[in-house]
Amino acid sequence: MLSEFLTRWRYRLVPDHVLGEILSKTWIDNAIPFAILLLTLAVFGTLIPGLVTLTGFAALYAELGELIFVVLGMSLVMLAGGIDLSVGSVFALANFLTLLLFNMLGWPIPVVIALALLCGGLVGLVNGFLVGYLRLRAFLTTLVTLIIVRSIVDMLILAYAVKVANPVATSPIWDFISFDTFHGLPVALIVALVVAAAAHLFLTRLRPGWRILAVGGSRRSAYNAGLPVRRTIATTYVMSGVLAAAGGVFYAARLNAAGSDTGVGLEVLALTAAVLGGNSLGGGRGSVAKALLGAITVLIVSSSLIRLSLPTGATSFALGVVLLAAVAIDVRWVKNRSKLLSRVYVSPTYLKLPPAPSTEAGSASLYAVNDRLHEVELIGLGELDGPEDTILDAADHLYTGSRHGDVVRFIAPDYRRQEIFAHIGGHPLGMAFDSEGNLIVCVAGMGLYKIAPDRVVSKLSDQTNRSLLSVIDDSRMRLADDLDIAPDGRIFFSEATIRFDMSEWMVDALEARGNGRIICYDPRDRSSRTVISKLLFANGICMANDGESFFFAETWGCRISRYWFTGGKAGRREIVIENLPGYPDNINRASDGNYWLALVGMRTPAFDLGLAMPNFRRRMAQRIASDEWLFPNMNTGCVVKFNEAGVIVDCLWDGRGINHPMITSMREHKGYLYLGGVSNNRIGRYRIPGADPDWTGVGSYWGART
Amino acid sequence: MSLFAASGKPAWRYVQQENIVIAITAIVFLGFSVTLNNFLTTSNVLSLIQNVAILGILGLAMAQAIIGRGIDLSIVANMAVSVAATLQLANGGMPIALAIALGLALALVIGLINGMLIAYVEIPAIFATLAMGTAAYGFVRAALLNDNLIYLKAGGDGWFKWIGSGQIVGIPSSVVLFGIVAALMHVFLHHSLPGRFIYAMGDNPLAARTTGVPVRPTIVLQYVLSAGVAFLAGIVMATSVDSMETRIARSNLVYDVILVVVIGGIGLSGGKGKIRSVLVGTLLIGTLLNGMTIMDVQYTLQSIIKSLILLVAIIVDSLVNPRDEQTSQQGDI
Repeated sequence: MLSEFLTRWRYRLVPDHVLGEILSKTWIDNAIPFAILLLTLAVFGTLIPGLVTLTGFAALYAELGELIFVVLGMSLVMLAGGIDLSVGSVFALANFLTLLLFNMLGWPIPVVIALALLCGGLVGLVNGFLVGYLRLRAFLTTLVTLIIVRSIVDMLILAYAVKVANPVATSPIWDFISFDTFHGLPVALIVALVVAAAAHLFLTRLRPGWRILAVGGSRRSAYNAGLPVRRTIATTYVMSGVLAAAGGVFYAARLNAAGSDTGVGLEVLALTAAVLGGNSLGGGRGSVAKALLGAITVLIVSSSLIRLSLPTGATSFALGVVLLAAVAIDVRWVKNRSKLLSRVYVSPTYLKLPPAPSTEAGSASLYAVNDRLHEVELIGLGELDGPEDTILDAADHLYTGSRHGDVVRFIAPDYRRQEIFAHIGGHPLGMAFDSEGNLIVCVAGMGLYKIAPDRVVSKLSDQTNRSLLSVIDDSRMRLADDLDIAPDGRIFFSEATIRFDMSEWMVDALEARGNGRIICYDPRDRSSRTVISKLLFANGICMANDGESFFFAETWGCRISRYWFTGGKAGRREIVIENLPGYPDNINRASDGNYWLALVGMRTPAFDLGLAMPNFRRRMAQRIASDEWLFPNMNTGCVVKFNEAGVIVDCLWDGRGINHPMITSMREHKGYLYLGGVSNNRIGRYRIPGADPDWTGVGSYWGART
Repeated sequence: MSLFAASGKPAWRYVQQENIVIAITAIVFLGFSVTLNNFLTTSNVLSLIQNVAILGILGLAMAQAIIGRGIDLSIVANMAVSVAATLQLANGGMPIALAIALGLALALVIGLINGMLIAYVEIPAIFATLAMGTAAYGFVRAALLNDNLIYLKAGGDGWFKWIGSGQIVGIPSSVVLFGIVAALMHVFLHHSLPGRFIYAMGDNPLAARTTGVPVRPTIVLQYVLSAGVAFLAGIVMATSVDSMETRIARSNLVYDVILVVVIGGIGLSGGKGKIRSVLVGTLLIGTLLNGMTIMDVQYTLQSIIKSLILLVAIIVDSLVNPRDEQTSQQGDI
């Protein structure tokens, strides 16, 4: 059918999931300010001919350097959750002091600069003491220091304006700062960029920088974690004061004038720049890159508005509106980003499954429902929480994982007594013993772990090679699921999905995209490498008896495949069972040379239809609450046995659905089959009629040991 | 009054702060009377009260915003441009009542935008009103006004002029208006439903919302009310000096207003204080400003002194109403 064909190719070619993954990245925060910058360039570039040229920009470079200093200071304060309005006055004060000390008194330039910066730092210290230690409101407090410092500058200018304008001495350093350029860039801009780079390192790589982000992110948590909240906040104001003073020094070098309008309104400009760049009011979110973006945008807007020579008031109207718009976007973005993300993250694709085989009781179907699992013995009833997989060692002890991150051991022979064998964390899922008796475990949320017989837990692998074009970081393991060990010691394990965590594993079914993969861990060089990717929820893995290949299950694909990792057919992949009536989970060896397979849930016609209608599932995921979504049926399941040719030779059901409605794993050991379930509270023990009473899984892999 | 008890602070603290301010006012007043020659004259005291009346009316508007845990920094800009627009319309031949109505409408619209930005877009009040003050001043100045200084020409000798410079039984009409607005504001805050809501919101906005207070509409109401009262103050100002200088939008007048409110004991964290606090604060600041003017203190020095007083007032406020690391709100700048 044509429409089916089109739908299939539309979902094969358009990577819908990328949108949600991009939204989940942290750098997306910079996308909006960057877009605003481009928009600004487009608007003013068309209004003012010659603006978007190298010479057009060169006129702004020196000013940009000064503004960057001020915006950096403002951003640092804002990152810690405050605001510093005094920057404009400090800027003017530093400008005046520089001229006073150099032009009027003729002091050497290094001393002049040091004193100007010190003076800015002192104003910052006052702010920092009042806001950090006395915990006054930052906005009002720095507003007051703004007025006080501004008044002092005005009084000084009144007294000395004429005297500071004409230098009594010259200085090569001063001339260098004032006039020299380096590849067309003025000294002010170069120094500003160097300081910005240093500030970036400080914020992202050094402990004091992290503290600033921590305090801004959650002041209370930072306080409770024992961080010096007050000192951290005070420090940001000192830094802001010094940086604003640095801007003032370069302003003095450039213009050599002290007017009463120096730095007036600079605080609003810097604030607009910081917020426009995406630094959040209230703290915790922001970066140096954002500050730079904002500074460039604001400078282009403000200088373009001046060049357009608008009527009185129009410039302040435009700045006010830009400021309001920037804050509004910031506030709404911060508030709604996660909502937007949760709306678009789930991105279903097209999956057409063949009609499911019948399971009708009494029919001739290989999967016909029976009640053979009704008579199981129960182990650990009510004491277990999520025994996804089970395994037995040579001494017949029974191991299983729990949702609490423990590996629990039931003591043979009656399995009434249990102990916590080891605590790993995460949710231990698939298990296997290696040739030395170590228990290897796949842990959801953590990766591949090893428990030595002396109970020492060690990590084997938690990352693999990152694929070239993935947006999300797929080198980390989110949901390691099941594993098996090749005769040469290599461990092949499945990661069910790279897009969802354990708590929402079933949401992956709504996507039905190949999000899963199989990874090989090589103990010889401790490397991990993705072997097969784009699997539909890679799940159970079991070594075939030939020692050269393994079977693996794709849960949402309802099929079993076989992969040769060595030998003559190395690299080949064949589908063994194409169309199961349910969702396959773990696979394990049986004593008669065949393989056990757990079906965790049975397919339903409704969900199968839904899989072929990705638009329907998308609308569902976007419009209704997640507990109303149509999920695959996970309430009934069974255990089947298949041979190497993929033919079903046996089928076990708990027809009444009392003990084992959902089965995720089964393990044969000495004539019994042990049944696990990821949301069950028990392990079942079923006597297999006619099975070899001496056969053990460990023995079948590594030979009998005493 | 039970609302104060509910705020968790013993009532004597407010009484005490108010009494202290009253005592300081008395001392300052006496000191100026003794040391300054022209201070204790009828004309000076009249002009003192008249000047203070405008500050006081603005303070009343600001007080109800601060009590609801907000702040209105656009109050002076709004007053300046809306009244200047009124004067310009009247000068252009429009009937004075219609000009007033249009000017008031302009002020209310600016207040409405403030309220919407704060309540629905959720921009912090201090920020929204700061930017809105700049934007509103710029817009009206560029789009409606011819000049920075607009004179009162038409209607200058009728009832309109009386608003700012008339007298009732010897009391300047501006003072009478201040009293009336203060009384109305008191009734509004303590005996009307929205007024009680404002206290509840200032005390604990989340709890207020949970208990069913229509928080967002009430916030909008606050800023519209603030704009309306500011317009009245602007009319008083314009009719007493026969002009409106729009550049006061960029002056420090708004910080004088905050000073008046905070110094009387209205906590910046909201929910605390009452109209009497504004009256007391107005008296103290008015006396100080008048005294400094008579002493011919340089304008910049005056603003340093005022700023230092404001700083001390906020420090005392933060000591009396301390903010706790465990309960202080994130992003509360």
